[in-house]
Amino acid sequence: MSEAHTQTREFHERIDAALHNDQLRQNFRSALTGIMARRAEQFPDDVQLQALREQARMVRANALVKQPQLLEQLEAKLTENGIQVHWAENPEQANQIIYDILHAADAKTVVKGKSMVSEETELNHYLEKRGLTVIESDLGEYIIQLAKEPPSHIVAPAIHKNRREVAGLFKTFHPEIPYTEDIDTLTQSTREILRTRFAHADAGISGVNFAVAETGTLCLVENEGNGRLSTTAPRVHIAITGIEKVVEKLSDVPPLLEILTKSATGQPITTYFNMISRPRQPGELDGPEAVHLVLLDNGRSRIRVDHELLDTLRCIRCGACINHCPVYVQLGGHAYGTVYPGPIGLALEPQRIGIDKVGTLTSACTMCGACGEVCPVKIPLPKLINRLRAEAVNGERSAAPISGRGSLRKSGEAGAWKVWQWLYRHPGLYRLFKLAATRLRFLTPPSLGAWTRYRSAPRPAARSLHELARREGFRHE
Amino acid sequence: MSDNKKHILGRLRSNRLHAAAAPEVYAKSLDWDQERRIAEFTERMQAVRGEVHRLKADQWPDWVKQELPKRELRQVLIGHGPVADTFAAAATDDIALKRYERPIEDWKDTLFDEIDVALTGTLGGLAESGSLVLWPDANEPRLMSLIPPVHIALLRADRLFDNFARLIASENWASRMPTNALLISGPSKTADIEQTLAYGIHGPKTLITLIIE
Repeated sequence: MSEAHTQTREFHERIDAALHNDQLRQNFRSALTGIMARRAEQFPDDVQLQALREQARMVRANALVKQPQLLEQLEAKLTENGIQVHWAENPEQANQIIYDILHAADAKTVVKGKSMVSEETELNHYLEKRGLTVIESDLGEYIIQLAKEPPSHIVAPAIHKNRREVAGLFKTFHPEIPYTEDIDTLTQSTREILRTRFAHADAGISGVNFAVAETGTLCLVENEGNGRLSTTAPRVHIAITGIEKVVEKLSDVPPLLEILTKSATGQPITTYFNMISRPRQPGELDGPEAVHLVLLDNGRSRIRVDHELLDTLRCIRCGACINHCPVYVQLGGHAYGTVYPGPIGLALEPQRIGIDKVGTLTSACTMCGACGEVCPVKIPLPKLINRLRAEAVNGERSAAPISGRGSLRKSGEAGAWKVWQWLYRHPGLYRLFKLAATRLRFLTPPSLGAWTRYRSAPRPAARSLHELARREGFRHE
Repeated sequence: MSDNKKHILGRLRSNRLHAAAAPEVYAKSLDWDQERRIAEFTERMQAVRGEVHRLKADQWPDWVKQELPKRELRQVLIGHGPVADTFAAAATDDIALKRYERPIEDWKDTLFDEIDVALTGTLGGLAESGSLVLWPDANEPRLMSLIPPVHIALLRADRLFDNFARLIASENWASRMPTNALLISGPSKTADIEQTLAYGIHGPKTLITLIIE
């Protein structure tokens, strides 16, 4: 069996498992219903919302057009500020760079703030294999680190777990703490557990929400304070981000920040907005002595080549498309099997990883359009997903730089569409086909593969629409 | 690794995108007067369990002195500069004052385990989002507003701006970014378990803003 068909079978198995897990579906349903309502409360005025979306779209589109010069400007400005910049083509290089920095600084313990790019590179695994201790400090990330699971959502990584499951994990890993399912108490316990870790960690690793080229500033958006701790308490701070996160000006930041927090969690602003432009300066008493930025490509520069698909790179990772997806709410994040789930995952992952590896993800979409409507930077997600579906079965040669194009093409399916195309171009034959389909409709087979596993087979109507219209007296149908 | 940079930039340069319209500077003008800004700031801050009190310039040291024992806060961290000096001059013997005067490495455990409350000034505030604006420096370092369980921040009423965009523009931040700039909008919080809000996860559990008029 080819790799392309294996991915489809495995995806269907994961879907099946997710749909049969009632607890999981209940957890997602209740969490997402709340998030959607809170987002809607933040945008009472649709005119203002649309103006803000357009502003945010323009900021991101402008940054992508000027991306090469902005990245150079960012590097120059950061270097001038005393922050060291590293470039990585792929996850292996990014991990190696980070390991080398940690090794040179003799760092053994690392606290991490939330970073989806570090999930792309599987950084924790890489560092742990080389003997380092890595502690996730975001509460949700800490929970799934205990459970040895990947995040199931890009903003709320432990959204698939309820309080009883979290309490169970704490009982296993922290038996010294009395068992409780009370969320406030669990939160306080985490504070105590992680505090000593923060105090004694040698290095901190974080992501970046926006990197400002004009000033050489790394911006981090968070609520807990773990991001500030990871970037302030240890003596070394390493930030890792994708090359698309750069923006041109400091004045680009306020609209992005506003629409990010409102779209992501329905908050007018997060508790902390942390802007880092330098390591500790002479006379300053805290902050890391060295700050590094690792810029990761990992397929992003390739995506930028296609004038339609490059819209994918506008994403600011708010997760609104995921929260509003009718498929995601049923499946949860793990069923997708990729770092980024939901609509943005459907658009991004086949481009990043290849259609031959994960192209079948694009089938997990009803084309309802909800994701495109809520996207704060107006990424036309349904259009992109549809395009990738077409690329997956496209048999023609083209310059589009998508790996695995046409790998999901099935000769039977392609043949059926060829026949249809031919019929449609020949009116006489088409009328004959219609006559046969309606008059001989009793010949429709009762079993039509996957379709009839849960449904009865469709049967053509006794009369075609043309015939019915003519009977009703329409002359120019 | 300079080859990586060359390759990445080379790929980006090899495909020139059509110029997009440059974004206009975002400055939603609200034109609120000071009273309105105070009201908006207070409403936002209280919505996320931030405490807000309005005090006259000569009242605040006494207010803090009276409030600390009520809340059983004994170890008070101060920095240097006008806020710290004013409070130090007014403080009585029952308050254990600790100055942030050595590099963090020398006294990390004390800061993490013993300090009950930190007292700092602010650069200003944002009315629309209910945010404090801090530029931590050698006088008032970064961890003051993060490690102690309680943070008391002084905000001059005439330093309240409509929103972030207005502040950046009118104070010309782009030409003079500090080591670290912060917006703080409430006590530390999380909703990572069942999307239920819980306060005081890693940063302060209590954030008290004193608006000074």
